[in-house]
Amino acid sequence: MSILVNKETRVICQGITGSQGLFHSQKSIEYGTKVVGGVTPGKGGTKIEGLPVFDTVKQAAAEVKPDASVIFVPPPLAPDAIIEAADAGVALIVCITEGIPALDMLRVKRYLRTTGSRLIGPNCPGIITPLECRIGIMPASIFSPGRVGVVSKSGTLTYETVGQLSARKIGQSTCVGIGGDPVIGSTFIDMLTLFEADRDTDVVVMIGEIGGTAEEEAAAFVKGHMKKPVVGFIAGQTAPKGKRMGHAGAIIAGGKGTASEKIAAMKAAGITVSPSPAEIGETVASVLGKS
Amino acid sequence: MNVHEYQGKEILKKYGVPVPAGRVATTPAEAEAIAKELGGGTVVVKAQIHAGGRGKGGGVMIAKNPAEAKAAAEKILGMQLVTHQTGPGGKEVHRVLVEAGCNIARELYLGVTMDRATEKIVVMACAEGGVEIEEIAARTPEKILKVFVDPLLGMQPFQARQLAFGLGLGKDLVKKAVPAILALYRAFVENDGSMAEINPLVITKEGDVLALDAKMNFDGNALYRHPAVAAMRDESEEDPQELEASKHDLSYVSLDGNIGCMVNGAGLAMATMDLIKQQGGEPANFLDVGGGADQARVATAFKLILADKNVRAILVNIFGGILRCDIIAGGIVAAAREVNLALPLVVRLRGTNEEEGRQILAESGLQIMAASGMADAAEKVVQSVQ
Repeated sequence: MSILVNKETRVICQGITGSQGLFHSQKSIEYGTKVVGGVTPGKGGTKIEGLPVFDTVKQAAAEVKPDASVIFVPPPLAPDAIIEAADAGVALIVCITEGIPALDMLRVKRYLRTTGSRLIGPNCPGIITPLECRIGIMPASIFSPGRVGVVSKSGTLTYETVGQLSARKIGQSTCVGIGGDPVIGSTFIDMLTLFEADRDTDVVVMIGEIGGTAEEEAAAFVKGHMKKPVVGFIAGQTAPKGKRMGHAGAIIAGGKGTASEKIAAMKAAGITVSPSPAEIGETVASVLGKS
Repeated sequence: MNVHEYQGKEILKKYGVPVPAGRVATTPAEAEAIAKELGGGTVVVKAQIHAGGRGKGGGVMIAKNPAEAKAAAEKILGMQLVTHQTGPGGKEVHRVLVEAGCNIARELYLGVTMDRATEKIVVMACAEGGVEIEEIAARTPEKILKVFVDPLLGMQPFQARQLAFGLGLGKDLVKKAVPAILALYRAFVENDGSMAEINPLVITKEGDVLALDAKMNFDGNALYRHPAVAAMRDESEEDPQELEASKHDLSYVSLDGNIGCMVNGAGLAMATMDLIKQQGGEPANFLDVGGGADQARVATAFKLILADKNVRAILVNIFGGILRCDIIAGGIVAAAREVNLALPLVVRLRGTNEEEGRQILAESGLQIMAASGMADAAEKVVQSVQ
């Protein structure tokens, strides 16, 4: 078991004939992921790397029955692609695209609530269940199978965390990058809920950053609803106010969203907060040792 | 992306928000001519910079006639206007807005932004306008009225009425305020705003509603579909290095320290800054080279860091996933040779092709301190500037 994806998950790629879509589909296939096709409007009926290409997600859904779709299309087209996947009934949608306008995402998310689909991202590195399924752009070689769940707003900080865990022979159940945009499909709480229910996850690592209040809400959830230990880290402890730190969501605005508020909320909820980004692996090891 | 007050007012006017008559001037003579056009009576001359607190800094003057308007523009144009938002150096004023004066009876606040918690658009109003809304929000949050707008439905007239009646406006004024509130909402949504604020929205003694100030901020990701808004960008208002970075798709923020940082990924870049600070150092910048960087972009990033004269040492921290370490290494070597780098350079490379990357650095003959982990890297770079 794991969360969201495993070796049975059937994946299609929207934008499979683009360079990124194709490159990462190939990497995912090499990793053992069941990639079953792709969608590019106007290229339906052709094949790419032996995979069938469809004009619409609806056709792909009827023919190859995907459980998940990964989206690699440019920002102006991505909102439509997400809605198309949800409309076709794809249960899990992972949007890698960076730079989608925030108001578009408000509308997309509002629509998704009327469907049964779950969105991860946008502007995220995707999901990986080590040795079973890779959806997105994560560097597969650093992951190792195990019982620690990882959920993060940041891609490379996920890699850093996983690198530290794998170096200590601590494997991962599933790692999810939820993205650093102001409006994202799935929140920390959504992922914590899944990890709490997953029999193969013992500890969860949650990597947040400045901006918004998602970490504070997650901390309240951990306190009220989780029995499994949670290790946390917040990036941006030294970031100045009012300056956007790369991610569209990473900004301390109106005095809200500071790292110190988030760390205080996490500690108050019983989350073990790593004092530095270099000690996340060590912190997890000590929590595992105790539990 | 920020725009000037006069540009924000142009947009608001197009959507039907009442604004004072007036135009922007770049010379005192122009300011005088505009004051004459406006009837020769009292005008307000306002410095146009991207910062609040202009009045307190001496950037807003009242002129009783066109000659006074000219004199006011002479004083304001070219001045280094210092406000609580500009930093101690201030900002040079290139333009003034010359507007007809009005008789203020009441000052209100009106604002629109996205609410991340509810994932709706929030429209806010407050009966106490003209002051820092953040102060009111902190002191007496109950004084700020809010309605939350469903992004698929858009703002409904009843929501605007809720705000207008909530402000204690009588029924005649409500009739004027409701269309103004709905117009502000449309101006925000149809241009992909990230924030729009009218502070103050005034009620005049004659019983009119008027936007006396306008602050608008737009979602940079949506500018591709708003060319008119994109054309309002004033590059002279931006940090020159941040501007240069944005032209190369690099995410860069200037800071006050002396350790230059080059990192891939926003989260890791912030975490690297945090570590430097924990070790007792001060980062000179935030710089995310992104996932799709090639050798040329790495070299550009490197030169950007070096253009900051406060930089005494450089830390490169890369966890390559999609970005390959050999490409980063090649970019570093090329840039270091090109600029004859004399500063201490600490490099930590991990991930895809890390061995090849390290080899390129080792064989380059450059003085590069290799670091094994993040903590080691931060320690080495901080030591090198002490």
